[in-house]
Amino acid sequence: MNIHEYQGKHLLSNFNVPVPRSQIAFTVDEAVEASKEFISDDGGICVVKAQIHAGGRGKAGGVKLARSREEVSEIARELLGKVLVTHQTGAEGKEIQKILIEEGCDIDREFYIGLVVDRASNTVAVMASTEGGMEIEEVAAATPEKILKEYIDPATGLVPFQARNIAFALGLEKPQIGKAVKFISSLYNAFVASDCAMLEINPLVLTKGGDLIALDAKLAFDDNAMFRHKDIEELRDLDEEDPKEVEASRFDLNYVSLDGSIGCMVNGAGLAMATMDIIKLYGASPANFLDVGGGATKDQVVAAFKILVSDTRVKAILVNIFGGIMRCDIIAEGIIAAASEVGLEIPLVVRLQGTNADEGRKLLSESELDIITAEQMDEAAEKVVAITGKA
Amino acid sequence: MSILINKDTKVICQGITGEQGTFHTRQMVAYGTNMVGGVTPGKGGTELDGIPVFNTAKEAVDATGADATVIYVPAAFAADAIMEAVAAGIELVICITEGIPVLDMVKVKKFMLGKSSRLVGPNCPGVITPDACKIGIMPGHIHKAGPVGVVSRSGTLTYEAVDQLTRLGIGQSTCVGIGGDPINGTNFIDVLTLFEADPDTKAVIMIGEIGGTAEEEAAEYIKQNFTKPVVGYIAGVAAPKGKRMGHAGAIIAGGKGTAAEKMKAMEDAGIKVTNTPADIGRTMAELLESVH
Repeated sequence: MNIHEYQGKHLLSNFNVPVPRSQIAFTVDEAVEASKEFISDDGGICVVKAQIHAGGRGKAGGVKLARSREEVSEIARELLGKVLVTHQTGAEGKEIQKILIEEGCDIDREFYIGLVVDRASNTVAVMASTEGGMEIEEVAAATPEKILKEYIDPATGLVPFQARNIAFALGLEKPQIGKAVKFISSLYNAFVASDCAMLEINPLVLTKGGDLIALDAKLAFDDNAMFRHKDIEELRDLDEEDPKEVEASRFDLNYVSLDGSIGCMVNGAGLAMATMDIIKLYGASPANFLDVGGGATKDQVVAAFKILVSDTRVKAILVNIFGGIMRCDIIAEGIIAAASEVGLEIPLVVRLQGTNADEGRKLLSESELDIITAEQMDEAAEKVVAITGKA
Repeated sequence: MSILINKDTKVICQGITGEQGTFHTRQMVAYGTNMVGGVTPGKGGTELDGIPVFNTAKEAVDATGADATVIYVPAAFAADAIMEAVAAGIELVICITEGIPVLDMVKVKKFMLGKSSRLVGPNCPGVITPDACKIGIMPGHIHKAGPVGVVSRSGTLTYEAVDQLTRLGIGQSTCVGIGGDPINGTNFIDVLTLFEADPDTKAVIMIGEIGGTAEEEAAEYIKQNFTKPVVGYIAGVAAPKGKRMGHAGAIIAGGKGTAAEKMKAMEDAGIKVTNTPADIGRTMAELLESVH
């Protein structure tokens, strides 16, 4: 789960991470009002930042400097409601519904600092680089030696020497070392206490006044841990997510929207990916990833069906089930119920294999519905691609 | 022979009185698994179908001499259950539970350092040695005893591969689901090392998926140390970057962990990589024929 920059900064400030003063605005009036704190009649400066769940806002024109309240008003008018296209949003972009009005600061130097759960070491890793403002992937590709890493033992938490290692390596000097240790320790505390999956401050800035401030904040949380963070779960912004994915999550379905024309419904994540792959191999494209899980109920199958048929790009549906503990005849009943309830206006190819597959296929062929059955995966993929054509 | 488990393995179930635990304990007993006990805190002294239930893992081990445990405890409490099993000295800990917070697993990994237990999973179907012992949620009847070892990050996709093998008359030595989480107990290399040492495993199927670098590391290990033929498959060629594909660990992050990279590393290591999941069984059949 992702949250907005303004929410991330608020969360971090609760852990004593220094962030610039700022206020969120949903309207032009609110934006101008908020800017009064930073811009007086005698001048001043503030930054207006589009709040969307995607990186690359600066380059795409979503972050602008204002030197007067009139400028704030102009920028707010331009940004609010605009669809911002960055390299992370995809071509369809994201509509800006809120902007952050933030005090400006005199930047001396910019750094990158990020925390992730590192799969290789099984620990939280702190990464830092002097290349503030650049994406860490780019730095990793071009100059991997510029990325410093410290791995944190969960038993001790971040030990001050690890933060000092980073601070000195970033070229900070004595007056800032203590501040850097506090800053990095606070980030680690926030990460662990909030069950983050990723926390990025890019850039972390050293101001001309000698302070360290988180100028941006990108936080992603471990979905598996949200049961113990109801407060964070409330920060979820459904407008930022694909409506079909939101609907799927209501029924505990794992759904990811893709751009092809064949809707897929599969049990198991690995098999669901493999189904997408085989569709691609036969020359067409999947419209989605959908894992109904190992113990899908009839309600879930119906919900999944509704999501698939509501997608106007879907020209045919491929259901691929390997019945394990779950019996294929039960699945077939679910499919028949769902198709009858939802109405079936596009071709449906169903491949059932595993426990009670024959009984399942018999139920499907005896139903009134026009269902194309298949025994094996390649056969199913071939049949569905033959219907929709290659794309 | 087999790896990890056999007909003599004494198994307990943590969470035995829960819905999942009860259902799968009965399934395991029906398959012939030697279920010697169960654990549910507060239900010690009761029984499930004559299987004694204990309050703690330690009590269960002391009373039954169990050398394996299977965990069906809900995600919020699963890390606790794993550590309890490890502290009780159980040799093999298999955690089926899906959805454990990753920072809980960071703690588990730290806790396990220097201890003798092996963890398989979490978020996995378990381990099966056909016709001998089934510990997990996989459908027993699709399996058949034989020479092929299977190791996989996936559940149903593994059933798919096993089913293809069995239909072709090719049996399996042991099938190990290592799970779809970013941090897990046993990795590909651990299982491959066991298969290498098992005289009855003649060839191996390795099923990976996008995310992380476990497949690349396993490929390097195979290149250097593994003498048996391997068929490989990687799921997620069509997966977009930055999107979690069901499994917590199946995500291409920072441009790393793509299927293409993994397939290339595996091919470079001499693994026979198939690009369609429908051909895993056939590819193994051809490979076995060519070595005989």
